[in-house]
Amino acid sequence: MTAPAFEAVALTRSYQLEGVSVDALRGVDLTVGPGEFAAIIGPSGSGKSTLMHLLGCLDRPTSGVLKVGGVDVATLTDTQLAELRNQTIGFVFQSFHLLARTSALDNVALPLVYRGVPRAERRTRARAALEAVGLAHRLTHRPAQMSGGEQQRVAIARALVGDPQVVLADEPTGNLDSRNGVEVMNLLTRLNADSGVAVILVTHEPEVAGRARRQIHVRDGLIELDTGSS
Amino acid sequence: MRTAEALRMALEALRVNRLRSALTMFGVIIGVSAVVILVAIGTGAKNAVEQEIAGLGSNIILVVPGQLNFQAAPTQSRLDLTDVAYVRRVVGDESRVTVSVQSGETIRVGRDEAFVTVVGTDQFLPNIFDRPLRRGRYLSETDVDTRRRVVILGSEVAAKLFGDVDPVGRQATISGVRFRVIGVYEKVGATFGVARDQEVHVPVTTAQRLIGVARINGIAIGASGPDEIEPLQQRVVAALIQRYPGEKFSAVTQTQLLGTIGTVLGMLTGVLAAIAGISLLVGGVGVSNIMLVSVRERTKEIGLRMALGARQRDILGQFLIEAVLLTTIGGLIGILLGVGGALLIAAVSPVPAAITWWSIALAFGVSVGVGVFFGVAPARRAGKLDPVVALRAE
Repeated sequence: MTAPAFEAVALTRSYQLEGVSVDALRGVDLTVGPGEFAAIIGPSGSGKSTLMHLLGCLDRPTSGVLKVGGVDVATLTDTQLAELRNQTIGFVFQSFHLLARTSALDNVALPLVYRGVPRAERRTRARAALEAVGLAHRLTHRPAQMSGGEQQRVAIARALVGDPQVVLADEPTGNLDSRNGVEVMNLLTRLNADSGVAVILVTHEPEVAGRARRQIHVRDGLIELDTGSS
Repeated sequence: MRTAEALRMALEALRVNRLRSALTMFGVIIGVSAVVILVAIGTGAKNAVEQEIAGLGSNIILVVPGQLNFQAAPTQSRLDLTDVAYVRRVVGDESRVTVSVQSGETIRVGRDEAFVTVVGTDQFLPNIFDRPLRRGRYLSETDVDTRRRVVILGSEVAAKLFGDVDPVGRQATISGVRFRVIGVYEKVGATFGVARDQEVHVPVTTAQRLIGVARINGIAIGASGPDEIEPLQQRVVAALIQRYPGEKFSAVTQTQLLGTIGTVLGMLTGVLAAIAGISLLVGGVGVSNIMLVSVRERTKEIGLRMALGARQRDILGQFLIEAVLLTTIGGLIGILLGVGGALLIAAVSPVPAAITWWSIALAFGVSVGVGVFFGVAPARRAGKLDPVVALRAE
């Protein structure tokens, strides 16, 4: 019996902006099981990005409980949180976030650097991850030498290289044309199906969200509709 | 993250911004090379003076009447040869005590003449001072006892009056009195501006009659070893004061001269090093500045690294190592330039320069320290970034 990937109870997050308190999340209950493929969908300002940051352990909730892989994040120090990110979560960003002067192979290997994996093993695993996303021929290419679709696939390989439980993809197709967007979505779908890694998409596009098996609609800091609520 | 990995990453970051890294290092390079060069010059000057003093001989105590004071004229001496005999009894070994009476006189050989310092002394002088002979012999006991009119010439005097001719056995006239040359000294150079190669040495008894005095100027004692210097010095001064109650006598040792001069030159070296250190400090501020710019530029990268699992200390370490690497590489280049510069100065100018290991070690240590000191603030800023904010940065 595996713990849920995420378990959120009455999660809130508010910011102080120039002395005014802004409630980005106002009480979210959410459970995402291992191996799920879910989309968080909502218009901009709905709180979906805040929710993704919390799930990704980049930020801490103002109140409520969040368990990641069964661990209550409130009990973790910043350092432990960083290690949790490294071990259990893979990020895919809208703008790829690759290191510009670094080869695809070294970009993919970066999470393993912070895990203390020796260089040779890092390279082996990074190569395998790039092969898995169909970029075996691009190992030494730098981001600028690759198309947007290829760059996002490198980013996906980087998210997968550490064998995470969850891949958090924030608008992964947002900077791609429709053909490359479809290709990236196919890849995420296939990875979810093949390796059993949970994938959580954050998007405002209904077509992209439609590729996921579960849709979680967020509006005004609350979950409005959750198709897969169990 | 392992240190080797962090180093590799830092080197890569410096390589990417080659021009900026080089310019930032420049400040450190100038500071470090300035420290090495200026300390080398200061140390060289100190060594040169110490060599001059040591060149006199070893373990010498000079006894003069009155109080040694460079601001007043020397006390008129009341000491005479009986006092020298007295000091010899106090020391217990007559061969370790010699005497000096001096006067500026003209020496003539044929039509050539020179103005020289006539030094009246005795047969024990070579036991105490390093005055090697080039030709001839030293004064003898009989020379002194029988007031022989014999003279030993300093090397410059011999060269001026006799040229290439061997002066030994020839005649020279000092203040109208004829002397026979019995020896010529080797060149020994100057000590404190006293041109010892322009001296001529005659028996003290002969000198007293020539100048017309019964007094002597000073007594020099050679201690048997460094440990004996101080007790012997005190014993002699105490004995003289006992003999002449109410009078003052001073005894100066080489160690005291070395100590005083060493302190002054050491301070000078320190001041020079401090001035150079200021430029190193300015270089450090440059490093701090450029690291702050670098952190700002790479905010997004920092956010990404944090998202991928970099801990605060990983980020802090990355930027700190970058700063330290900048100053360390700068420091190494500065040391090379400094050593090269000091060698060049020593080779092409009369300024002596002695490279010391401590100044190199210090300069290196300080440049590493400057990197840590000025790198910490930017690195801490990087480590404390909020990953969410950093990821959004443009």
